[in-house]
Amino acid sequence: MHEMGICQGILDASLDAAKAEGATRIKEIRISVGELTEVVEYALQFAFEALTPGTLAEGSVLLVNHIPAKSRCLQCGAEYEHDRFDSTCPSCGNPFSENIAGRELLIDSLEIDTGDEAPEDGE
Amino acid sequence: MEIDLSKRILDRNERLAEENRRLFEEKGVFVVDLMASPGAGKTSTILATIAALRDRYRIAVIEGDIASKVDAEKIKEHGIPAVQINTGGACHLESDMIQRAVSALDLEEIDLLIVENVGNLVCPTEFYLGEDAKVMILSVPEGHDKPYKYPAIFEIAEAVILNKYDTVGMFDFDEEEFRSVVRRLNHRAPVFAMSATKGDGVGAWAEWLALRIEDSKTSSSEE
Ligand SMILES: Nc1nc2c(ncn2[C@@H]2O[C@H](COP(=O)(O)OP(=O)(O)OP(=O)(O)O)[C@@H](O)[C@H]2O)c(=O)[nH]1
Ligand SMILES: [Mg+2]
Ligand SMILES: [Zn+2]
Ligand SMILES: [Zn+2]
Repeated sequence: MHEMGICQGILDASLDAAKAEGATRIKEIRISVGELTEVVEYALQFAFEALTPGTLAEGSVLLVNHIPAKSRCLQCGAEYEHDRFDSTCPSCGNPFSENIAGRELLIDSLEIDTGDEAPEDGE
Repeated sequence: MEIDLSKRILDRNERLAEENRRLFEEKGVFVVDLMASPGAGKTSTILATIAALRDRYRIAVIEGDIASKVDAEKIKEHGIPAVQINTGGACHLESDMIQRAVSALDLEEIDLLIVENVGNLVCPTEFYLGEDAKVMILSVPEGHDKPYKYPAIFEIAEAVILNKYDTVGMFDFDEEEFRSVVRRLNHRAPVFAMSATKGDGVGAWAEWLALRIEDSKTSSSEE
């Protein structure tokens, strides 16, 4: 729903970091999105295509790493990945657990070109 | 060349939310963020909560809407301070909007601040505002299957209000099914069936909230 705003956040942080490293171009932006968030990749990619032209990230790839939901059983301590609607512990059958992964919204890393690298594709 | 960033995408929102949090703690204000679909009964729930708790707590309200001041006006009619935030199209509140709204309130004179988020079951889940608790309201006419479609809001809510309970006989609302899905998504959240406009069931919700307010006072005085 607000993927445009989230995408602007990704782009702003990436452009700041890339400029600080003297980048001439951003080639790839790698992010992680937990499966328990409501962020839709299709909408993110759509926003990315709309927002990047005219920036250092024009033509770059937004690579999304989806992080599965993971919980820790409050009874036996087992850690396991699970479906959103059923976080029952597979080891002991206890339905009560605490969430330990799946809510992430992170910018992991960037791949950039700096002017002093040998051109790879003759641009 | 690779640059490692490892940064939260909503970093700015979260930093400002933490500033809000510190301010609320310093001033001893308990903050609850109410999230629901448009028309589920957020403003009605706020009015019912005011009626139930105004003798015990000094209450103020922040109303978030895309446009208009009508909700804040409804609250002010009851002699309760209210600030309207118009997001101008944005589908959720962010912590900088709360920061600006709070500057129009005298926090020294407030024990309980109720925030009405923009009517939306998706976005408000992603944005921490610095509140003590997020509470979700589902109204009976929306249907018992909403948790399947919008799981995140049920996962993060600390309590779920099932509002418009007076209409439960008019809709095919399977309450048992609803409670069991909510429990699977979030076993900690109590579900309060109530009718905000008629007042039935409001007592249990208000007592839960009062208990949370008292708990937060004891835990902050222990620090
Ligand atoms: N029958 C019944 N109607 C209710 C109840 N609570 C709210 N309503 C009605 O539902 C409508 C919407 O209520 P509001 O409290 O304005 O809902 P809201 O979520 O604040 O709406 P927006 O701010 O416009 O998103 C109004 O006509 C209320 O009178 C209830 O418990 N029972
Ligand atoms: Mg309202
Ligand atoms: Zn277990
Ligand atoms: Zn939004």
